[in-house]
Amino acid sequence: MNISTVLTKRSVVGGLVILILLIIFITLPLYAPAYTVILLTAIFMYIVLTVSWALFSGPTGYMSLAPAAFFGVGIYTAAILGMKLPLIVVIVCGGFFSFFLALLVGALTLRLRGIYFAIFTFGLVMLIAYLLLFWELHVTGTRGRFVIAVGHNTVYYIMYGNLVILLIVAVFVRRSKFGLALRSIGENEDAAAHTGVNVTLVKIVTFAISAFFIGTAGAVMATRWTYIDPFIAFNPLFSFMPVLMAIFGGTGQLWGPIIGAAIFAYLEEFLITRFPYYYMLIFGIILVIAILYMPKGLVGLIQKWRKGGGVV
Amino acid sequence: MCNMHVLEGERVTRYFGGLAAVSNVDFYVDRGEIVGLIGPNGAGKTTLFNLISAAITLKSGVIRFKGEKISGLRPCRICKKGIARTFQSVKVFPGMSVLENVLLGSLFGAPAKLSRADARAEASSLLEFAGLSEMKTVPAGDLTLASQKRLEVARALATRPELLLLDELMAGLNPTEIAGAMELISKIRDRGVTVFMVEHVMRAMMCICGRIIVLHHGEKIAEGTPQEIAASKTVIDVYLGEQVYAGNQ
Amino acid sequence: MIMKIVDVLICGLLLGGIYALIAVGLSLQYGVARVLNISHGELIMLGAFGTWSLYTFFDINPLISLVICGPVLFLAGFALHKTLFKSLLKSSGSIGAFEGSSLLACFGLLFIIQNIAITSWGADIKGYSYLSVPVNLGGAIFAANRLVTLAFAVGIGITFYLFLARTRLGKAIRAAAQDPAAAGLMGVNINHVLALCFGFGALMAGFAGVLLSMCYPVKATMGLEYTIIAIIVVVLGGLGSIPGSFIGGFILGIIGSIVSYIEPSLSLAAYYIIFILLLLVKPTGIMGK
Repeated sequence: MNISTVLTKRSVVGGLVILILLIIFITLPLYAPAYTVILLTAIFMYIVLTVSWALFSGPTGYMSLAPAAFFGVGIYTAAILGMKLPLIVVIVCGGFFSFFLALLVGALTLRLRGIYFAIFTFGLVMLIAYLLLFWELHVTGTRGRFVIAVGHNTVYYIMYGNLVILLIVAVFVRRSKFGLALRSIGENEDAAAHTGVNVTLVKIVTFAISAFFIGTAGAVMATRWTYIDPFIAFNPLFSFMPVLMAIFGGTGQLWGPIIGAAIFAYLEEFLITRFPYYYMLIFGIILVIAILYMPKGLVGLIQKWRKGGGVV
Repeated sequence: MCNMHVLEGERVTRYFGGLAAVSNVDFYVDRGEIVGLIGPNGAGKTTLFNLISAAITLKSGVIRFKGEKISGLRPCRICKKGIARTFQSVKVFPGMSVLENVLLGSLFGAPAKLSRADARAEASSLLEFAGLSEMKTVPAGDLTLASQKRLEVARALATRPELLLLDELMAGLNPTEIAGAMELISKIRDRGVTVFMVEHVMRAMMCICGRIIVLHHGEKIAEGTPQEIAASKTVIDVYLGEQVYAGNQ
Repeated sequence: MIMKIVDVLICGLLLGGIYALIAVGLSLQYGVARVLNISHGELIMLGAFGTWSLYTFFDINPLISLVICGPVLFLAGFALHKTLFKSLLKSSGSIGAFEGSSLLACFGLLFIIQNIAITSWGADIKGYSYLSVPVNLGGAIFAANRLVTLAFAVGIGITFYLFLARTRLGKAIRAAAQDPAAAGLMGVNINHVLALCFGFGALMAGFAGVLLSMCYPVKATMGLEYTIIAIIVVVLGGLGSIPGSFIGGFILGIIGSIVSYIEPSLSLAAYYIIFILLLLVKPTGIMGK
C-alpha cells in the first residue's frame, strides 16, 4: 500500500528509477565482481545505521549516540546464537534484543533532554563494552568469540532486504500521523504533549524501532567479521558515523541520510585503501567543514539551490 | 448531573521550594461560562493553568473535570478528556506549516479517532474560523505574534475541547489585535466551548468575562462578577490599585 | 587493614587531583561557552606528548613544560573559539542547536587531532621517567612524581578558583556563565569572554596532560578515556560548577581507586554506573541547582 502511494504521488519517472535500482541491486551478485558486492554490503550497512538513526533523532532532535550499543547487541546475538539457530532467526533475534534494550533505555532516559541524552546514550555503549569484557575475562574465561562465516552473496541479500524493509518503514513513518507527532516533539515537546500526543510512547516506540534495524544490521555484519570481541562489537565509531553521515546528508528529507551514508561509506572505503593513515584525519576535516558551511546538510544545500522547491 | 461544574478544584496547592505558588485554592468553572483569572505578576495564575493541564504535577488538593478526578493524569490524557490550552509564551511548531499545526490537534487530541481526510477538513475549517486560511502552507514560525496566538487557539480547538484554557492571549498585541482576540473568544463561547482565561488587559476582561477569580500570592482573594470585582475593596487594595493605573496609560 | 585503606584513599586522592583538573577545564568550556568539548582529551594528549617530546629531545624538565605547553594550548583553544565556534554560534538559531553542532564539530576535532598525533608520534605507547623515586608516606610507598602531581593539581585548581572569584575578568566569566545576555548588557564583551573560557579550558587540559605524562604512559589514543572521565566528573559535580568539579574529581578518584583495588578491570564500568545512576536520579549534579 505504501509503495503504491509513493509511486503514484511521485512522478512515474521517480517510480521507474526506484524499480530499476531495485532490479539492479537484486541481480547485481550475478554479474558483478565479489569486491563490488562486499563494498555495496558495507554501504548498505551504513545506510541502514544512518536511516535508522535519522528515523528517531532526525525529527525529534534527541541526539542518540546509542547506535553502537544496538549494533553490538546484534553482533553478540549472532556470535552466541549463530551456532545453534538458522541465520534468519539469529538476525531477527538480534533485532529484537536491540529493540527491547531500546525500550528499556528509552523508558529510563528519554526524559533527559538535550546534551544529557547524548552523553547518557554514549555512556551506555561503553558500559556494555566494559561489563562484557569483565564477563568474558572472569566468567567465561575467554576474550572474544568466533562467528560462523556466511557467503558474501547471502550477507549482501540479507543486508539488502533489511535496508528495503527499513526504507518502507521509514517512508511509512514520515507520511503517517506518527511522523507528524515525531516532528511536533522535535519542534516543541510541551506543546505536543498538550495537543494530545503521547510523547513518551511515541519517542520510546520510535527509538526501539530504529534500534531493531541497527540490531539486525549488526547481526548480519558479524557473520562477515568472523572474530569479534567487546571492543570490536561495541566500537563507539558506530555511534558517531551514523550521526556524521546523517548530518552530512541532512535529516530534513529521507534521501538526505541515504546519500550522506552512501557518500561517506564509499569515501571510507576509498580513503582506507589509498590513505590508511590519513583517512580519519580527512574524515574529521570533512566533518568540521560540513558543519560550518552546510549546517542543513546536502539536502539543505540542494534546496537552497532550487530555492522554494515543493516542501510539504 | 446538570449542576455539576465542568471544572472544579479543591484546596489546590503547589509549592516551589518553600514558596507557595498556589495555595489552598478552591475554584470552579461552569459549562458555557467565560471565567477570568487575574492577579499581579507572580500571583500563581499560570501555575494554576499548568496544574490543570498537568504541565506540572499536583502534589496536594484535587482537580475534577466533569466530576472525574483528573489530577495525576499525563498532559496528553488531559487533552483527550477535553481540556485544551494555549501558552503564555507562544508554543507553536515553528517549522511545521500552519495547517500541520492544527492537523496535529485533530489527529491526536480529539477524543474520537478521525480519518485523515476528516481531520484535514476540520483543520481547514478551524483555520478559517481563526482567520488564518490564507496562510495554510506558511511555516508557523513565520507568522506574526498575533497570528501565532490565533494559531494556538485553532490548534487547541482542533482537539475538540469542552474547556479551553487561554493563557494571556492578548499579551503583546496592539489594540486592533486585542479587539480581534476578544471577538474570537466570544465566537469560541458561541461554539459551546467553556473558556477559562488568564489576562492582564483589564478592560477586555471586564467586557467578556461572566465571572472573575482573583489570585494574590497564590491565594484566592476574591471572586465574583466583573462589577463586584471592580468594586471590591480587597481587590483594589492589593491589585487594581497598583496595576490598573500603571498599566492602562 | 588500616594501612590498606589509607593506601587506597591516598591513591584515590592522587587520581582525583588529575580528574579534577581535567574536569574543571571541561566544565568551563561547557558551563560558559556551551561547547561540550568531546576533543578535550585530545588536548590532554597534546599536553602529554608535548612534555614527552620536550623531555626526550631537549631534556626540558616536565615542570617547566607546564609553562610551555599550557600557554600554547591556551592560545590554540582561544583561536579555535574565535574562528570555529564563533561562526557556529552565529549560524545556530538557538543554544540547543549550537550545543548539537558544536558537539559534532568537536568530534571532527577529535579525529583531526588524534590522527595528527598518530602520524607524528606513532600509535605506540611512550613514556619517560621523572621523579619516580619512592616516598614513604605514613607507611605507604608512593612515587614522588605522584605527590608532585597532586600538589600541582591542587595548586592550579585553587589559583584558578581565586582568579574566578577575585579578579575582574573572573567575575565577567562568572557573569557570562549565569546569563550571557545580561552580561552582554552590562558591558562584558561576551565573544571575548567565551573565547577566553575556551582557552582556559584548553589550558587546564594542557596542565593535566603535562602532569599525567609524569606518572602514566602516553599514547595517541589516550584522549577519549580522559574525556569520558571528565564528562562523568562534570556531571557528578554539576555542569559549570568549579568547586563541584573538584569535589566530583576527588570522589571519582577515590571510587576508582577502591574499585581498582578490588577488581581493576571494572573501574571504568563503575564510573559509568555511577554516572548513569546520577543522570537518572539527579541530572543537575551534586552542586547543581
